[in-house]
Amino acid sequence: MANELPLWEVFIRGQHGTAHRHVGSLHATDAGMAMNNARDVYTRRNEGLSIWVVPSSEIVASIPSKKGPLFDPSKDKIYRHPSFYNIPVEVKKI
Amino acid sequence: MYAQEVKSTGSKPKSLNSMSAKEKAFQEKIDRGQRIEPKDWMPEGYRRTLLRQMGQHAHSEIVGQLPEGNWISRAPTLERKTILLAKVQDEAGHGLYLYSAAETLGKSRDEMTKELLSGRAKYSSIFNYPTLNWSDMGAVGWLVDGAAIMNQVPLQRTSYGPYARAMVRICKEESFHQRQGFDIMMKMSFGSKKQKAMAQDSLNRFWYPSLMMFGPSDSESVHSAQSMAWKIKINFNDELRQKFVDQTAPQAEYLGLTIPDEKLKWNEKTEQYDYSEPNWEEFFEVISGNGPCNTERLAARNKAWDDGEWFRDGLLANSTKNQNSQIAAE
Repeated sequence: MANELPLWEVFIRGQHGTAHRHVGSLHATDAGMAMNNARDVYTRRNEGLSIWVVPSSEIVASIPSKKGPLFDPSKDKIYRHPSFYNIPVEVKKI
Repeated sequence: MYAQEVKSTGSKPKSLNSMSAKEKAFQEKIDRGQRIEPKDWMPEGYRRTLLRQMGQHAHSEIVGQLPEGNWISRAPTLERKTILLAKVQDEAGHGLYLYSAAETLGKSRDEMTKELLSGRAKYSSIFNYPTLNWSDMGAVGWLVDGAAIMNQVPLQRTSYGPYARAMVRICKEESFHQRQGFDIMMKMSFGSKKQKAMAQDSLNRFWYPSLMMFGPSDSESVHSAQSMAWKIKINFNDELRQKFVDQTAPQAEYLGLTIPDEKLKWNEKTEQYDYSEPNWEEFFEVISGNGPCNTERLAARNKAWDDGEWFRDGLLANSTKNQNSQIAAE
């Protein structure tokens, strides 16, 4: 069993105009086969309007154990949220 | 269930105090109801137990196609045939969702396939029983998929993210399976005398094997205790079996069929059905390879794998050739 087919990640855009969402993975020799298999495995009940398939080896992921330093810079910038600002009650529609 | 005997670490779950800092953080994350994701740190025992369980589950879906595949070409009408085809295709899909979830833990698909084909990995005992007549397709959908749903619904809340998400997809599809089975049972039970007798015969043969699907009582099992602490397992086997009996007995009554258990009776006090345990000796025989169809099922899987080798090799050779000619053109 030396010849395992390469792994692909599958993303589907659902019916309601949402973004493509990761749904799982599958094995296929090339993009065409990955697309066909994705249709058969992940959209048997009309779940999708569009499919992306990406070779798993091409995905670069952040490292969970380093999520502290990675996301830290955004933590102390509370002024990015609208609730940071006090607007007087008599001011309307803002 | 589909994974009936998942051995865990073999020891009792550790108390929070005796855990290392990493283990403690991990356990607390699970206790808070947070999901564990593929690249998160996890104890080796968690990874191994989960792989064993997901493997058994995936293999069951794949082998589970065989008893039904037997009837695709023998279905009584074109409609029944297309429905059965769609159901068997779903089982293949469920196997693939689960394999792909298991692969996120770093085990290759080929390794898992090898474990199934060599007989090293287990799959549910239920698929080692033969499907002898058409109404068995009804009984399988109604009882076997019904029992499967019992276990799979809570597994949507399991601690491992990819497994839980696979279960969500599976549960959405499983309800069709159970209903199409009950639909066949209704047709048979309300049909001619002969048809009803076939339906009763199917129920007689599939009742106890269905109860076995939940696995032996495990309220004392250290394996289950550990799996439950890790939220890989959500309910005790007896709990789910009882729920299944309570749900199924009135359905059998509706069909006018008799569950082959003289002790089966509604208990006013406990507000649940009393019922007889299946023969656990038979269960252990079947799960260890000596059931009526174990040899046949494994032989069919091995044949499919071996016969497909030239095709898989051809596909790979073709895609390598195309890639090379692309590089040459650049």
